[in-house]
Amino acid sequence: MIRPHRAHALWYAFLLHRLSGLGLAVFLPAHFYVLSMALTQPDRLDRFLSWSEQPIVKLAEFGLVFLLAVHVFGGLRLMALEWLPWSASQKTLAAGSVAGAFLISTTFFLQAV
Amino acid sequence: MLDLRLYMLQRISALIMAPLTLGHLAVMIYAIQGGLSASEILSRTQGSLLWFLFYGLFVLAVSVHAGIGLRVIVFEILKLKGVALDVFTWGICLLLMAIGARAVMAVTLL
Amino acid sequence: MSSKQESMDVSVWRGDEQSGRFEHFEVPAQESQTILDVVSWIQQHQDPTLSYRYACRVGMCGSCAMMVNGVPRWTCRTHVKKVLDGNRLEVAPLRNLPVIKDLATDMDPFFDKWVAAEGMHHPSKTRDDPIETINPESADRQVANAGIECINCSVCYAACDTVSGNPDYLGPAALQRAWTVYNDAKDADKQLVLDAVSGRGGCHNCHSQGSCTMHCPNELNPLDAIAGLKRASAASFFKRRR
Repeated sequence: MIRPHRAHALWYAFLLHRLSGLGLAVFLPAHFYVLSMALTQPDRLDRFLSWSEQPIVKLAEFGLVFLLAVHVFGGLRLMALEWLPWSASQKTLAAGSVAGAFLISTTFFLQAV
Repeated sequence: MLDLRLYMLQRISALIMAPLTLGHLAVMIYAIQGGLSASEILSRTQGSLLWFLFYGLFVLAVSVHAGIGLRVIVFEILKLKGVALDVFTWGICLLLMAIGARAVMAVTLL
Repeated sequence: MSSKQESMDVSVWRGDEQSGRFEHFEVPAQESQTILDVVSWIQQHQDPTLSYRYACRVGMCGSCAMMVNGVPRWTCRTHVKKVLDGNRLEVAPLRNLPVIKDLATDMDPFFDKWVAAEGMHHPSKTRDDPIETINPESADRQVANAGIECINCSVCYAACDTVSGNPDYLGPAALQRAWTVYNDAKDADKQLVLDAVSGRGGCHNCHSQGSCTMHCPNELNPLDAIAGLKRASAASFFKRRR
């Protein structure tokens, strides 16, 4: 699938964006369905929520959050690329500072939690 | 397959969701502290107009965004075209809106 | 250097898209040779029926592009040493275009899209008017200049996966031309250009994969040009609503 003409960073960024988007779209109906149980079948929702305490489900949830973060940041990158008439070096600087700020703020955040 | 109108819908829905997603992530991290339960979720959200508007807008935007996103994938990979492609796009959009609206109602209304 | 001449294993696509297949040739390795030299050697010494296209041999005419080891390249300016995979070379016709025979593709869809994108001059003056002076330092002109070295080789078109997924998509070269025309102070109908690139095969289908810019032999930036069209058409979308 990764043919020679595709082996570069922007194409991988596209692939990541497409796969994360597809994953989120598939997950969404299940997410909505489970939440709507809160009104109709609260007992079933609680059983589901305690079932979801298993490590494997926790891992899957972490995967979903990862997909969401990747898709949001990938989408912001795409819109910056399309709509901001910046030079290549300005975009590199902006991406670098966003990544740096994200790294610093999550470090503080994780220490606070 | 994506004309200017669909492109703008896709980008505008994305711009709406950018801050909502960050809010949603923050709520998620806050809510899972010490486990989740139906009553805990409801106590936070039920009867709150603010949460109703927050997640109502989120559901509208995500339904449009996912409908158009899946449209592109289905067109490029499965070669679905013409009226069938439009039916698929807006079918997905309406389906997500319907079950999304049910979920938002369930957790925010009395 | 050893006196014994080494040879390369070259697979070359023969036939059309449906019934074609790769054929192997042993080609003597030279100290300095291009992919086009290798293809020409096969045609001159091994099989005179091999079909391929070239003209200038100095990277100006844009007619010799082919897939070399899976990557679209201008073969007259691609040195064998740069792309040789061990001892092997694979030469195929350009992707995303109908194959006529062997390495020759039908370029009609590529040039038809150039026209469909309104990548042509729309005059703002008649021959009786004085010639308009253009400041080469102006911002518009700088943007227009960025794309004018395109040689229509179709390397970007062959590299683009959005073209493979959507046969109606105008493609990077035609869209870059439209962006150049759009930024030309002497062009009279910019909205016509924006409308031409805003249809169902227009610039909005681009996924910003950037393979066009990655592989452009003249180091142009169609990705940036397409982003410019998206920006300009999005702005006109809001203006028209008002």
